[in-house]
Amino acid sequence: MRKLINAPAGVVSDALRGIAAAHPSLRVDPVGGTVVRADAPRAGKVALVSGGGSGHEPLHAGFVGHGMLDAACPGEVFTSPVPDQIIAASMAVSGGAGVLHVVKNYTGDVLNFRMAAELAEDEEIEVASVVVDDDVAVEDSTYTAGRRGTGATLFVEKIAGALAEEGAALAAVADAAREVNERSRSFGVALSPCTVPAAGAPTFELGENEMELGIGIHGEPGRERVAAGTADEIVDAALSAIDADMPLSGAEVLLLVNGMGGTPLIEQYIACAAAHGWLAAHGATVARSLVGNYVTSLEMAGCMVSVCRLTPELTRLWDAPVETPALRWGR
Amino acid sequence: MNAAGAARWIRHTAHLVSADAERLTRLDAAIGDGDHGLNLDRGFTAAVAAVDALPGDTTPAKVLIAAGRAIVSKTGGASGPLYGTALRRAGKALAETGGDELDAAALGAALTAALEGVQELGQAAEGDKTMVDALVPAVTAYEAALAGGADIAACARAAADGAAQGAESTVPLQARKGRASYLGPRSAGHLDPGAASTALILRALADVTMEGGGDAWSGSS
Repeated sequence: MRKLINAPAGVVSDALRGIAAAHPSLRVDPVGGTVVRADAPRAGKVALVSGGGSGHEPLHAGFVGHGMLDAACPGEVFTSPVPDQIIAASMAVSGGAGVLHVVKNYTGDVLNFRMAAELAEDEEIEVASVVVDDDVAVEDSTYTAGRRGTGATLFVEKIAGALAEEGAALAAVADAAREVNERSRSFGVALSPCTVPAAGAPTFELGENEMELGIGIHGEPGRERVAAGTADEIVDAALSAIDADMPLSGAEVLLLVNGMGGTPLIEQYIACAAAHGWLAAHGATVARSLVGNYVTSLEMAGCMVSVCRLTPELTRLWDAPVETPALRWGR
Repeated sequence: MNAAGAARWIRHTAHLVSADAERLTRLDAAIGDGDHGLNLDRGFTAAVAAVDALPGDTTPAKVLIAAGRAIVSKTGGASGPLYGTALRRAGKALAETGGDELDAAALGAALTAALEGVQELGQAAEGDKTMVDALVPAVTAYEAALAGGADIAACARAAADGAAQGAESTVPLQARKGRASYLGPRSAGHLDPGAASTALILRALADVTMEGGGDAWSGSS
């Protein structure tokens, strides 16, 4: 295992020390595992707290700041945070208007956030939770764990964060977050596995001419292994799967072409061109695009395509000013 | 079963988990994200520290509750809340029975409470390819042994055997809960790591009750 680390056990706290050093706009507790806006708590503002396993950077710590998250709680690599962290973050940002927990739909994340929400209410902090489950590679069913939360988490955090920044009430911010999740879908493809530092070995083996379709963001294999294809074929597989679940014809969409961590930007732009071509050919209009490594899976190569069917209000909130380490415009 | 016995169970579990961490992680890498052994090792290490910090005059109930709290606080993932809740519920059931020495019936009630806690929180049923597939046969075997008049060590051994068989039974299953469910049909053909770690925890229980002499846990830790 060749990695730019000091020791596997220190990966998360060492990285948090770097985030603290690079971004004075954040208050970081590298040991407790919280990243908080330096100006928190903001009186009367609904606070957004998210978190999950580390290894998806810049998600979530890179999205803490004006117009997005108030705090993030990074867990161990690919492991959900523990309730203590989530409570500490919620208390640090609570400005009296309530706290919204943005939770990706993984059993561990859901359980730890649920335990934390119950304990936060003992501290008289009102908590609402929204669960993001946008990944169409997984069949949804009441008998299973359901779909994973992936790329649309960025859409939810940006748009709900903008509404909270405007002073909206907790119920309205939570409703907006749910609306974004309901209108968003994602599908990912892996061209290589990744290596969890503490495990030291790749999460799966992939032949030279193979790829994994329908991956998540934890280095797990996907739904299916197929022969590697071109960028056009990969994007077609992703958008066809999304379109089959949520028809895109006639829609005005927000498009995220998301690198998984090990794919260069030049290839992501090739995928972006393919996605624009595919969407135009299928009667959809791309109103906004974002390309880059935003919701990653360590050094996994590949990409994830996420689409949100916009409304004029959602477009307005997407365009609203944001100032975080990883996403900034309009200020 | 006394407090020292309960503490030995937690310590012995930590030892077994640590020794088997690599295998658990390997099982998890096949159908999950490859960190189950690492996470449980961290959680049970914290549980041992919490148990060691208890005062000398503690009870079995307090030992299990302290261990459960530490596991919730330090493990993360789904296994932290699930195992933490299982131990806390078991401890609370023992607290209702009261006393410093608990018999086979009280331990059986504690295991049943642990199972109920896991199912309530995780919403998994038998056959979903989770820790429930090891825990249900363990509790069933324990209760059957108890009804047949077995002592605490024989009951615990029956539970450990039931859990081991239950864990093996997950191999052909397609996962419906947890991260393995994302693989769909590809999750079949693998042993569920959560069921495997549940079998370890019950093996630890059988080992320490046997050391205790059969009728009850006794002796110092």
